[in-house]
Amino acid sequence: MHMAEKATIIVHSGDFDKVYSAMIIGTGALAMGMDVSFYFTFWGLMRLKKGQLEGGPLSKMNFLGIGKWIVRRRMRKAHVRSLEELMRDFIELGGKILACDMTMEIMGIRKEDLRGDLISDYCAVGTYIKEARESRITLFI
Amino acid sequence: MIEKEGNTIKVNCEGETCPVPLVETRKALRQASPGDIVEVVGTHPASKREIPMAVEALGLRVLDISEENGKWKIRIIMEKR
Repeated sequence: MHMAEKATIIVHSGDFDKVYSAMIIGTGALAMGMDVSFYFTFWGLMRLKKGQLEGGPLSKMNFLGIGKWIVRRRMRKAHVRSLEELMRDFIELGGKILACDMTMEIMGIRKEDLRGDLISDYCAVGTYIKEARESRITLFI
Repeated sequence: MIEKEGNTIKVNCEGETCPVPLVETRKALRQASPGDIVEVVGTHPASKREIPMAVEALGLRVLDISEENGKWKIRIIMEKR
């Protein structure tokens, strides 16, 4: 059977704009026929807590949330899909979401705190390396 | 934004931006059966170039591309090149 090319992306940042970059690259790669896995770790994993997907600050010019408010308003005007919608597209097109279990341990996050509807598995670095070594694209965001 | 009429699947992405036209095209192609035509209409300029790239990467074929007043239409046929 034909094996699709793979993209493996680490989402380390929980910043709103960086999570956006990850989601757009991930859905784009799926749309172009690749298999895609996201590894959510550290601050990125915070975005998989219930109700927190859109909750990150801007990486620059956040200005206590005012910068983010302006950016979101402009995004809505430009018809940019929300992170929640992009996440649904990602899952629908067969993308995989993996959660770092070490981050869960050090940050005191329990499985029930996380979006079980999105996460396909909980894992550690070995799973990432195994997938990354057979990937055409790997990114650390 | 995706609807089927006979053997044509229509995708309307007018006013949508990156990565929506690509993503919706892919969703339509996943629903299509061999021989079906997927017709995507949109206004996002980069997607007019990138949807054919995706079609190529998926091993499918673009039938034709047209554009009028900033609104483009790409027709894709669900058969292997």
